[in-house]
Amino acid sequence: MTQLATIRRGPVIRGGRGVRGDRITRTLLLVLLMLFAIVPLLSMFTAALAPQGSNPPGLSWPAHPHWGNFADAWTGANLFALFRSSVLIVLGVVPAAVAMATAAGYGLAQLRVPGGKVIYGALLAGLTIPYEALITPLYYDIQSLGLLDSRLAVVLPLIGLLMPFGVFWMRAHFVNAETALTEAGQLDGGTTWQIFRRIHLPLAKPAISALTILFFLATWNQYLLPLVLINDPAKRTVAGGLGAFQGQYGTNTALLCAGSLLIIAPSLLVFLVFQRNFVKALLQGAIR
Amino acid sequence: MSHSRTASGGDAATKKSLAPSDPAPRDMAPGGPVSERGGSAGRLRARRARNRPWGALLWVAPALLCYAAFVLYPLGQSIQYSFYNWDGIGTATPAGLANWQAIFTQPELLSAITHAFELIIFYTLFPVGAGLAAASLIRELKPGPFSTISRTILFIPQVLPLVAAGVAWTWLYSSNGLVNQILQATGLGGTTRAWLGDFTFALPAVGVIGVWVMLGFCTVLLLSGIGKIDPALYEAASLDGAGRLRQFRAVTLPGLRQELVVCTTFTIVAALASFDVIQVSTQGGPGYQTMVPGVEIYRLTFLDQRIGQASALAVFLTVLVLLVVWPIQRLGRTD
Repeated sequence: MTQLATIRRGPVIRGGRGVRGDRITRTLLLVLLMLFAIVPLLSMFTAALAPQGSNPPGLSWPAHPHWGNFADAWTGANLFALFRSSVLIVLGVVPAAVAMATAAGYGLAQLRVPGGKVIYGALLAGLTIPYEALITPLYYDIQSLGLLDSRLAVVLPLIGLLMPFGVFWMRAHFVNAETALTEAGQLDGGTTWQIFRRIHLPLAKPAISALTILFFLATWNQYLLPLVLINDPAKRTVAGGLGAFQGQYGTNTALLCAGSLLIIAPSLLVFLVFQRNFVKALLQGAIR
Repeated sequence: MSHSRTASGGDAATKKSLAPSDPAPRDMAPGGPVSERGGSAGRLRARRARNRPWGALLWVAPALLCYAAFVLYPLGQSIQYSFYNWDGIGTATPAGLANWQAIFTQPELLSAITHAFELIIFYTLFPVGAGLAAASLIRELKPGPFSTISRTILFIPQVLPLVAAGVAWTWLYSSNGLVNQILQATGLGGTTRAWLGDFTFALPAVGVIGVWVMLGFCTVLLLSGIGKIDPALYEAASLDGAGRLRQFRAVTLPGLRQELVVCTTFTIVAALASFDVIQVSTQGGPGYQTMVPGVEIYRLTFLDQRIGQASALAVFLTVLVLLVVWPIQRLGRTD
């Protein structure tokens, strides 16, 4: 953050034309972009406060906001069960996936793994494989494992699907890690595990927490896997459950909007709480 | 906070030092050609002590096994299924290349692929183009609360579930939604319609959802890239009498190469592999107007029980994404 600031503060030639006019154009442009991003959500919010079954206008504050709609959506869509299910799936996926990605990233960056280059190449190729391209065989594999309709049906494949990005992300971090520290650790006779645990792991904290947030969002927002692999909407992720909810309340705009806002709230909350670190880490990581 | 330039530089250097050990790890003399920088005796000794390659494999094994079991193996199955006719229950019968031929001859399948490419215009071209224009106009955001807030708000559509984007825009596009409300307010009442149900406008309407999801992300990424370009370059260009357009072409564009590659790759993959937004907003309709490969694979598998056909399309989509992304990635690497 501070470094960004110092860089941006450098002298910038503005082409010598109306500096103030430029600034107004800039700010206006930025505000327009921000409006485009936020207005759809505001429109949803005002619609969520309209009377149920009414035809609310696109964007206007209702005369008598029906805050009760949120409570009705919560019970009507059985959101408690969905949230509980989402949390369970997140707990199944995120810690395991982060641990595996960290270990593999460290191995590929700092240790001599036999065939490491091939392994990394195979993982990189996975970065572009669309989930839909795997969903058909995954369904039959999960079925033959007898896991269909259980949360494991989503947890196991999702861990595998997250590996390419996770390993790519963590390897990029460890590749840049200070080698002098490793050498010092080796001279002290440290084992690989000790060097990792005492030297590299503490330094990797920012990269690991960014990955944790990304994996959380990827799991929480996951739609296709729960839709296909879990029939009982109450066992899906909230995003997967939203589909069923839409079928149920398709015509009840107020309730649908209220329910959708409740469902996106955790993603939004996690992002807003961690956004400072998150955006920074993402911008760095994306460029590697 | 390390910058992209130093980061990628370090990456390259380490890659170089790791490279010799990779192709033939077993017959490597310990510490042989590794030591490019440093290479003290202590380091060699340490390398020797650490030289237990099969132990190192243990670090990678869990990730690799999960990946192999739930990505590579199913991918292989998809390829195999694509040469059979199977309804998912009975016995499969060999189909030869019929499923593959169908992709290029059946109008529905062909149109799904065409739509995926049309979506690139919305998911990639608009967000990257507009993001680039916006970023180069805004260029320096004065650090402060406004800059932080604007970055946060621009990013929001990207972190929400795509399903929610679909639901939100289904509402915005509905007959009394915000889009029609704005059109009426600006005297364009004659153009109002139920956008997602319109044969002509459904696909562009779905595309705009993609613009919404991607635009802020691209803008923020490109803005941060522009912030890292050495201001002296602009100064020099300006002294040479380069106008704004010239500066943009000579300084901004080359300086943003990495960021542009990331934006383009990410958004193109999202466009070609779109599923959530379309499944929620139109399910491919009206007719086949917004059908895309992702939704078609889902329908073929779970509604039509044509596993072979679905698998052929799935493999084709995978190859397609790779073919499109590969050249862009290469563009980012050659420096």
